[in-house]
Amino acid sequence: MFLVPDPVVRFFHRMASPPHFYAFTERLMPWLVVIFLLLTAAGLYGGLYLAPADYQQGDSYRIIYIHVPSAWMSLFIYVVMAIAGAIGLVWRIKLAEIVAISSAPIGASFTFIALFTGSLWGKPMWGTWWVWDARLTSELILLFLYMGVIGLYGAIDDKRVASKAVAILALVGVVNIPIIHYSVEWWNTLHQGPTVTKMDKPSIHVSMLIPLLLMALSFNVYYLIALIQRVRIELLQRERSSQWVKNKVLEVKQ
Amino acid sequence: MSLSRAFFAIIRRDLVLALRRRSEIANPLLFFILVITLFPLGIGAQPNLLQAIAPGIIWVSALLAAMLSLDSLFRSDFDDGSLEQILLSSHPASLLVLGKIIAHWLVTGLPLLLISPLLAIFLGMPTHSLGILLLTLLLGTPVLSLIGAIGVALTVGLRRGGMILSLLVLPLYVPVLIFASNAVEMAGSGLPVNAQVNILISILLMTLVLAPWPTAAALKMSIN
Repeated sequence: MFLVPDPVVRFFHRMASPPHFYAFTERLMPWLVVIFLLLTAAGLYGGLYLAPADYQQGDSYRIIYIHVPSAWMSLFIYVVMAIAGAIGLVWRIKLAEIVAISSAPIGASFTFIALFTGSLWGKPMWGTWWVWDARLTSELILLFLYMGVIGLYGAIDDKRVASKAVAILALVGVVNIPIIHYSVEWWNTLHQGPTVTKMDKPSIHVSMLIPLLLMALSFNVYYLIALIQRVRIELLQRERSSQWVKNKVLEVKQ
Repeated sequence: MSLSRAFFAIIRRDLVLALRRRSEIANPLLFFILVITLFPLGIGAQPNLLQAIAPGIIWVSALLAAMLSLDSLFRSDFDDGSLEQILLSSHPASLLVLGKIIAHWLVTGLPLLLISPLLAIFLGMPTHSLGILLLTLLLGTPVLSLIGAIGVALTVGLRRGGMILSLLVLPLYVPVLIFASNAVEMAGSGLPVNAQVNILISILLMTLVLAPWPTAAALKMSIN
């Protein structure tokens, strides 16, 4: 730990304790919500109003301001889940276990949004709701991976054991995601349908890119908000017999 | 007992146990044959159609058969407590578990391999792609057992683990399915399949090294 300054280490040690985390996030939450609203407003204004229409796709390309950040988040959250799970496995930090499992439904929702908006975008572009495009297909498999994590957690009654199981599964999944992704991409180039066109990311103009990045940031903050809320609820549930939760409940009652 | 002796003792024990309960060998095999028989009945028996989709059908059926056979991997040992003894031994649990997986593959994966030429004839596959079909099954089915073992290890303690197991395991089978069925398809049209076979070999080596480790960890977790 000699590489990390002492106050930072102390901050993380304190965060690992449920009552501290609970109190700290309570104060943090309004700020996060404000930042989220500002970023979303700026991103949507830039994306839906300021950015010009695409010369080929017209206005329907604007769905990327939801679609692309969701797709990024879906992968990012899986990685967060695996890292949190690994931390929980190695150092037995309860909070990390809770972060891992609380991330799963959020990640699954982002994956679903990415799939749904992708299919909405595909209707005018490809003429069908669904094309076995490489990105859509690997996103679909990612959704199944999330479902597996959620299902496994739900199936095991003892939640400490379930958290461990989820961590192992998430780690196995995170090793496999690149392999699955590239194999699907490879499969797609061989079986490419006649109508497939690609949303090319690198050729995007700055006036479209900035709102996209703002939206990506806002989605990140949203993830943090949703995660913190879920973690807080899960903490209260798991620690319901501990003194600090009892005090909290009494506080609310008065 | 030395590690290698323990390793082979486990393989031998599991093989003997499997030979005493032959239905466990027969069930996935019959399932494999049955599913493949259903396809011509379901989609019609035009030779061109069957020939075109034969590699995919055989591989998807192999995937499902491998998944169905997974339950027997740790079930009886978990129920009678011998799994606990295996994990308590002084040898690395991951290697002993690997022994169990190898025995399981010999009992459930190898028969699929042996029966597949017959099914390839059923589906009218060209004879020159038969060798590649066998090669992909030889390389691919151990991967299915190795990855599947992680899934079973996670769910062996559950009463209703069956449904959840397919959700855990099937998405992870996707790369094997893609490369293996594609290799067979390409071989059918006389194209080189070195790339696919090399990738399958690397996937096999990687899972062989990596998979036993989370399997052992998950078993230790399930036993608590």
